Amino acid sequence: MEARIRIRNTKSILFKGVIVFLAFLITVPLIIVLLYIIKQGVTQVNWHFLTHVPAPVGESGGGISNALLGSFIMVMMSSVLAIPVGMFAGIYLSENPHTKLAYYSGLCVDILQGVPSIVVGIVIYFWLVKPLGTFSAISGSVALAIMMLPIVIRSTEQTLRLLPPSLKEAALSLGVPYHRVILKVIVPCGFAGILSGIMLSIARIIGETAPLLFTAFGNPYLSSSITKPMESLPHLIFTYATSPYDEWHNLAWGASFILLMFVLTLNIITKLITRKWNIQL
Amino acid sequence: MKWETIFRRILIFMSIILVLIVIGILITLIKESIPSIKSLGIGFLWGKVWDPVSNIYGAYPFLIGTLLTSFIALIISIPFSYAVSIYLGEYNPKGWLSNLLKNTIELIAAVPSIIYGFWGLFVLVPIIRTFEAKIGVAPYGIGIFTSSLILAVMIIPYAASLGITLIRMVPSPLKEGAYALGATRFEVIRSVIMPFTRSGLFAGVLLSLGRALGETMAVTMLIGNTSTLAHTFKDLIFGPSNTMASVIANEFTEADHTVYLSALIELGLVLFFVTVVINLIGKRIITRFTNN
Repeated sequence: MEARIRIRNTKSILFKGVIVFLAFLITVPLIIVLLYIIKQGVTQVNWHFLTHVPAPVGESGGGISNALLGSFIMVMMSSVLAIPVGMFAGIYLSENPHTKLAYYSGLCVDILQGVPSIVVGIVIYFWLVKPLGTFSAISGSVALAIMMLPIVIRSTEQTLRLLPPSLKEAALSLGVPYHRVILKVIVPCGFAGILSGIMLSIARIIGETAPLLFTAFGNPYLSSSITKPMESLPHLIFTYATSPYDEWHNLAWGASFILLMFVLTLNIITKLITRKWNIQL
Repeated sequence: MKWETIFRRILIFMSIILVLIVIGILITLIKESIPSIKSLGIGFLWGKVWDPVSNIYGAYPFLIGTLLTSFIALIISIPFSYAVSIYLGEYNPKGWLSNLLKNTIELIAAVPSIIYGFWGLFVLVPIIRTFEAKIGVAPYGIGIFTSSLILAVMIIPYAASLGITLIRMVPSPLKEGAYALGATRFEVIRSVIMPFTRSGLFAGVLLSLGRALGETMAVTMLIGNTSTLAHTFKDLIFGPSNTMASVIANEFTEADHTVYLSALIELGLVLFFVTVVINLIGKRIITRFTNN
């Protein structure tokens, strides 16, 4: 009897040991990747690196200004496209959860969330690149905007659902019209949650490469024209990482470092906001 | 018209746009794959040869490549994501250590896949190459095995974060009852928590699988991009291959005639259907679980 209990207790302790070990082991790859990118990338980054376009093969130096500008422009354009649609659709979903339209758009959000990013690239190729006759920053931005939408919608919807209904009722009972109740009372109250959803979606799309392969394509020169091909950070990393030249690899390490820092900072800020607001995204 | 009505209409209009985007995606994919469906028929899916130069298109090598990478990645990731779910859901649900670990795991999902691919190409591939030389297979370094390893890391957060939430939802009277009967912690986890959360944890695994199937960049950089299937199982696992997503990424801009391009889009259509169905099933299970 004693022995049996001892075996069961040992088993329980051993199991806990295995679980704890495995749970902490998976942080190891992340830490290794982060440290490696920082080690390789931090020495590349200087003022010259940030303000110059990539040098041609065989020349040293050069920078990633074209990719920085391109990523910035495309993220801005896709935010302009996706945030209004996402927020209003999110408001609709939280305000009218039981209509038929809400059911179908909810379903569509779930579908969009699962669509592989490369498929979005293909579709935008036929929607915009082919009709316009050229790869362009516009088509890249539309592809990224579609990737952004589900995150913005879900975060808006869930934040607004958490607000107490008495808020809305109080405002309505004072005779405030419906659109003012939503825009001046409900949205400001859920602002932190909506904002963190937007930041999270930006952090997600700025690292997306696959939808840009056939849309924005890439451009070795500094270009701010939205109807021409445009470089972006992840696309630059992809082309230069798979090239055979060491100087180009160094350029890609530097770009990876900057991309990683940007994404991690956005994520950590979002974490701090959501922790204060206790939002599940 | 009153502002209120306009506002309500804007809300409805934006939701309709959303539905239109999804329908548009579906229609475009189907429309553009028609040339391939017409000329290649259903045999496209199990045609073993992919040779655009001689105009022969078979999706079988990519189906196998996709399934193998995803399932190997899934098998590697499951013990880890279950361990994290149990640790953060049951053993250590509160406190700074728990928060730190949870946030770290969520950061794994935040790192762009291109960075995993780049790191894998320069760090993991040489390691795998030495390993392959030791076990006596052709030391390519790149291939299905390498891609699966990176994929496994990338998909852990999806199953884990869901698992944590679900395990925390197990009602404590159930657990307390088992403890009162003299069960050890391991026995409570095995016979109360696991059966209670089984369907939910399975849904988490499905969501990870959906991610793994559609993942493009990291896999494209690590899989080697060969459209011929190896003959022995060992060569298949450790040798270069191609997935549906990676072949699209590599060949889409080079596809110079209609059927070639259309065959690639048909691959995209298949990928779209499979990931969407897997995701929707996963979500459905979660909704049912959380409502009960």
